[in-house]
Amino acid sequence: MRNRSFFLLTALVLGFAFLYIPILSMIVYSFNESRLVTVWGGFSVKWYGELFRNRQLLESAWLSFRIAAVTATGAVVIGTLAGFVLARFKQFRTRTMFAGMVTAPLVMPEVITGLSLLLLFVALAPLPFVPDTRGFSTITIAHITLTLSYVTVVVRSRLASMDESIEEAAMDLGARPVAVFMKITLPIIAPAMISGWLLAFTLSLDDLVIASFTAGPSTNTLPMMIFSTVRRGITPQINALATIMVGIVTVFVIVAGILMARQERRRQLDMRLAEAAAAAPRG
Amino acid sequence: MASPMEERKAPWLDPDAAPYIRIEGISKKFGDFVAVADVTLNIYRGEIFCLLGGSGCGKTTLLRMLAGFERPTTGKIFIDGVDMSDVPPYDRPVNMMFQSYALFPHMTVEQNVAFGLKQEGLPKAEIASRVAEMLSIVKLEQFAKRKPHQLSGGQRQRVALARALVKRPKLLLLDEPLAALDKKLREHTQFELVNIQERLGVTFIVVTHDQEEAMTLASRIGVMNQGRIVQVGTPHDIYEFPNTRFVAEFIGNVNMFEGVILEDEPDHVLIESRELGGNIYVGHGVSTAPEAIVWTAVRPEKMVLSRTEPEDKNNRATGIIKEIAYMGDLSIYLVQLDSGKIVRVTQPNIYRHAEDQFTWDERVWVHWHHTANVVVTE
Amino acid sequence: MAPTNPGYVSLGERLVLWMDQLWSTVLDSAPYRWSAGAMRRVGLHGRRLVIAVPWLWLLLFFLIPFVIVLKISFAETRWLGTPPYGPLFEWADAQLHIRVNLANYLYLIRDALYVKAFLSSLKVAAISTIFCLLIGYPMAYAIARTDPRWRNVLLLLVILPFWTSFLLRVYAWMGLLGNNGPINQLLMALGLISEPLAMLNTDFAMYIGIVYSYLPFMILPLYSNLEKHDLTLLEAAVDLGCKPFKAFLSITLPLSMPGVIAGSMLVFIPAVGEFVIPRLLGGTDSLMIGRVLWDEFFLNRNWPVASAVAVVLLIVLVIPIMIFQRYQMKETEAEERR
Repeated sequence: MRNRSFFLLTALVLGFAFLYIPILSMIVYSFNESRLVTVWGGFSVKWYGELFRNRQLLESAWLSFRIAAVTATGAVVIGTLAGFVLARFKQFRTRTMFAGMVTAPLVMPEVITGLSLLLLFVALAPLPFVPDTRGFSTITIAHITLTLSYVTVVVRSRLASMDESIEEAAMDLGARPVAVFMKITLPIIAPAMISGWLLAFTLSLDDLVIASFTAGPSTNTLPMMIFSTVRRGITPQINALATIMVGIVTVFVIVAGILMARQERRRQLDMRLAEAAAAAPRG
Repeated sequence: MASPMEERKAPWLDPDAAPYIRIEGISKKFGDFVAVADVTLNIYRGEIFCLLGGSGCGKTTLLRMLAGFERPTTGKIFIDGVDMSDVPPYDRPVNMMFQSYALFPHMTVEQNVAFGLKQEGLPKAEIASRVAEMLSIVKLEQFAKRKPHQLSGGQRQRVALARALVKRPKLLLLDEPLAALDKKLREHTQFELVNIQERLGVTFIVVTHDQEEAMTLASRIGVMNQGRIVQVGTPHDIYEFPNTRFVAEFIGNVNMFEGVILEDEPDHVLIESRELGGNIYVGHGVSTAPEAIVWTAVRPEKMVLSRTEPEDKNNRATGIIKEIAYMGDLSIYLVQLDSGKIVRVTQPNIYRHAEDQFTWDERVWVHWHHTANVVVTE
Repeated sequence: MAPTNPGYVSLGERLVLWMDQLWSTVLDSAPYRWSAGAMRRVGLHGRRLVIAVPWLWLLLFFLIPFVIVLKISFAETRWLGTPPYGPLFEWADAQLHIRVNLANYLYLIRDALYVKAFLSSLKVAAISTIFCLLIGYPMAYAIARTDPRWRNVLLLLVILPFWTSFLLRVYAWMGLLGNNGPINQLLMALGLISEPLAMLNTDFAMYIGIVYSYLPFMILPLYSNLEKHDLTLLEAAVDLGCKPFKAFLSITLPLSMPGVIAGSMLVFIPAVGEFVIPRLLGGTDSLMIGRVLWDEFFLNRNWPVASAVAVVLLIVLVIPIMIFQRYQMKETEAEERR
């Protein structure tokens, strides 16, 4: 037994080392005075300065941000509906096909989805109401299609673990189905929708392949800029960017984690208090 | 706990009384599986009617059809004379108390109870007053601002009840209302439920698998088996006058003796039973085909143990006491008769300590009065 | 005893109450009721609408594009056109000509490059999947068996890299594996090698990149499965005389198969079509079909051939995709029954 825990512990430590060494190395080198990785030139934040003066990079970041925000919102709307359909409508004629279409983007290689969406936009271009140049809208549509599957998975899982009789109770008390969804279901699945939003946001922000296919000639998203930069080699500005991103994500995750843990602790305490009070002999 | 209904003239015995709920020829099929088969029931206003049966007998499906969550495959349901076939659950004058209570976790007790009234579009003041009134009936006034997870199981149940009753429905459906409570709380809640029902006069239909629950709550019980209603009657009728072997064996404990009719007269019947090792005398006629096999049911508490031979040559047998279970208020004796059959006899422990108590391996006579016999033909 | 902060209304709850007010106002308003009634009369029941919205979106932006890819794969390449392919249907002499050009597919079959690229992609994806399994399984198992208090923290640590940019993490490996990178520096400082190892732009680097990037996708489904195991089964086995490792092999491993399959599919299928990692970390001779497709499209501007590559790739992946979807369906249904 001891050998087993030793083995497991080593596996964990090595595994996490493997996962985090690259991230840590980027953070370290972002503060390296020297441009070269061979030499440690001293602590410096000059790369951060250069980063903030890099207009192109900042503009592409802003574009990616906006795309991600719209994508996440659209993905949550459509993904929640899809998740609801899969969780609550057990029988309708095209269900298998629908389920297949929803889960396929989860594993589909991005080159295929990127290519197919581009060809769609090209084919649709002659239509009057379609925007001529590919850019913000096309990338956003492509991203929504990609990320809504993830939202569906999260929302569906939350709906499945929810007590369905709550929705029935609401109907029994006089609420029509739409009212049940808006007043009862939505508040309950709201946390899942929020994590779905964040997930879609991250995926959109990070996507290179699909954006490359569906972007127009003058559109550059952040990943596209990073890709063209790093193809030429190491740029410490990118290290600085990476450190900032890791920092933001870490802070966010820690804060969210603490808030949720505290809420859960309070909840458990309340439940125990209630049971104890009920079990105590009445005075 | 018999409901005062039985003291007045029971409406199901009154030919002029109109049933409040009419279930006519209801059946429900899921694919090839028949969950409910041709159920016809009349339920009267102000009753507590219990649907009693094991799991899979169709009682929950029947309840859900009454609530409107399942559409019957055939048949109709009338509530206060109105056909409910095309009425969705949110438009029915029916409310349900779910087994899991199904309280809205993001709302307080007050908001939970007020929900149904808000859907009706009532003015705020009226909602507030009715909610307050209902909370005081279920004794939860001081918990009004709490959330469901801050309540104990019993309190949650009362919220569920209040939430359903505040709408003053014509019919309240209860799905296994006491299943999640522990024994002490269950007893207490049983009486409370009956009190509240009498006070408000709402018609209850309760679904349960627990006989004790049914016997305590119900003014009438409908025993279900495999999608059908097997017998309907007051708890007393069901227990003392079962119409089939199934009902006799399902409710309480019973000793069954298989036998053949020896003498068949209009005023009495004599049954020869090899299982008993003797004859059974029944003081009334039994309508059955000649040479048919019949079963005689005798409840354990109607049997008597004695060391001396009883006078009556019928309705008796001798055997050895194999097991004794001391239950505090009564003792259960398992007696193996000479015929090989084991019968169950219960005797109340009238004395705290008796010198001549029956013990294991003692030879005793088991006998009973002929009025205790119930003969069933299926 | 009163619960903690009985009258306290958190921000989230305030938001919920406000939204409840909003919905009540909207849903009870006359215009909503009128339009809802109108839609119902036309046959647009709520249920159908709800299904229709995602359905139509996926139809238009997921399914139809595939059909278009298929169509273009049959088209003629027109180098100077915009778009650079010929039409499939043509009206000429009042007759419909269908120009189905199988040349693209023949091109793929004849040119050894493409066949090699497909096979090599499958090989690389398979090997990467195995490595992910070898590293990921012990990690998932270890997390599933730790104290519940720490499990969430460990999971968070697994997911954290996933939230940071994939591209940037691949880029990080470029830095680590370079000739002047810290790994080479360390090896030389330890005296293990005298010249820097050429690790970057090799298959080796590509494998590391793929395993590294896809590891969380293997760990999470595995953990989700392992966490649900009933540990008393193992206790019963050991109680009956079974050695712990054997108990693992005969009880835990088979029960974890659904997780293994899900994780493997989540790694294998996208890895086959992976582009970024072969481009940044792989060498010029690291043939991956994703890269081939990209180059065919962006460098050669040969849209029909690129489409044909995509179609073939899709056909190759159809079976693994169906396995994955079958697993997904079973898992969620089991979840719902619980």
